Amino acid sequence: MDCSHVFEFKVKRLIVVFTLFLAFFSASGVFAQTDSTYISEEAHRETTKKKFDIGKFALHHIADSHSWHVIGDTYISLPIILYTRNGFVNFSSSDFHHDDEGAVIVERKGLRFVKVHEKIYYASETANEHGQYVDLDEKHHATNARPIDVSLTKNACTLLISIVVILAVFLNVANGYKKRKGMSPKGLQSWMEPIILFVRDDIAKPNLGHKYERFMPYLLTVFFFIWFNNMLGLVPFLPGGANLTGNIAVTLVLATATFCITVFNGNKYYWKHIFMPNVPWWMYIVMVPVELFGIFTKPIALMIRLFANITAGHILVLSLICLVFVFDSLYIAPVSVAFAVFIGAIELLVAFIQAFIFTILSALFIGMAIEEHH
Amino acid sequence: MITGSIAAIGAGLAAIGAGLGIGKIGGSAMDGIARQPEAASKIQTAMLIAAAFVEAVALFAVVVALMGNG
Repeated sequence: MDCSHVFEFKVKRLIVVFTLFLAFFSASGVFAQTDSTYISEEAHRETTKKKFDIGKFALHHIADSHSWHVIGDTYISLPIILYTRNGFVNFSSSDFHHDDEGAVIVERKGLRFVKVHEKIYYASETANEHGQYVDLDEKHHATNARPIDVSLTKNACTLLISIVVILAVFLNVANGYKKRKGMSPKGLQSWMEPIILFVRDDIAKPNLGHKYERFMPYLLTVFFFIWFNNMLGLVPFLPGGANLTGNIAVTLVLATATFCITVFNGNKYYWKHIFMPNVPWWMYIVMVPVELFGIFTKPIALMIRLFANITAGHILVLSLICLVFVFDSLYIAPVSVAFAVFIGAIELLVAFIQAFIFTILSALFIGMAIEEHH
Repeated sequence: MITGSIAAIGAGLAAIGAGLGIGKIGGSAMDGIARQPEAASKIQTAMLIAAAFVEAVALFAVVVALMGNG
């Protein structure tokens, strides 16, 4: 195929554009020289006016995302998978060119999508005055319809990574027990054994009594899952960086598991305690609703506790780092870094304590449900 | 002039309550451990559970304050 005329045309056009480009910059350079003092003054006023919004920054950093920040301007673009009117649609999040304000439209299967604050919307026909293809209400929230978003986001990727790592570790440990039956543990096995024994002796046995063995798999899974992901959330660079256990959907699933186990294992004494407590009959009007409500508030408290603890920890560290930008001075940096390191060390402890608390409270609730009458 | 949200005051009040509660739990646990050092591990476990309950109430308040703010 002969494309030389196209090529020639392109080269000419490039030369024209490049010349214009140079001309523009040299001209603007001259202008800039004449009134540079004026511009710098204006710019200074602009920066002082535009205050650093610490809350927005922190909330953006703990939220889920469609791309994974590596370093500087390097991002890993994660796939976007949508269930729309025309079936499943998938494309890379790099198609949005890091736009997060709804200015770039991606068109697939005859549908147009925009991304606003890490949420995918159907694009409006025309742009608003800020160049965004969404309709905003008075609180600047987009009101466009949304497709069902089942994308592989940062949190979903972290979940898969943690599943792979935890499986690898525990299959290794389990194999060790099969191979060296009755012998002393070796390698990874001897590292995990004290922690597993801790869960059994300090969490399961005191709360569940002699029937603890049935619930050990669940308690161990929950404990190691939460602990590992809490620790992974504290790692600021690539395999970490996501805020998985500080995501309320994840803690909701964990709390629902505890709720289901409690309800389905509840024996007749447990239900009698709820529906027919040993009190005068007229107290039932108050007692039964309160007890029924209690079935649901316990897992909800579990959910909020883990979510809020981890989220609060992340916001705290981010805010301390942000002090540098709030005061806009380098001299505050040693103070803020020292505080951030201190809080980071406490967060290491909190990561363990929250895993422990979630597991021991799950064991407590299950223990209450399976307790025999005495 | 003071600007900002009243939600911040709510979060602060919640922090006062939780601080008092956790302080009392920690202090009592210290007393207990000093009297009976051999029961230290049991006391620590009970202390952590009680502290988690107190802390949860404060965190509810913080979440409500954040929601009221946003």
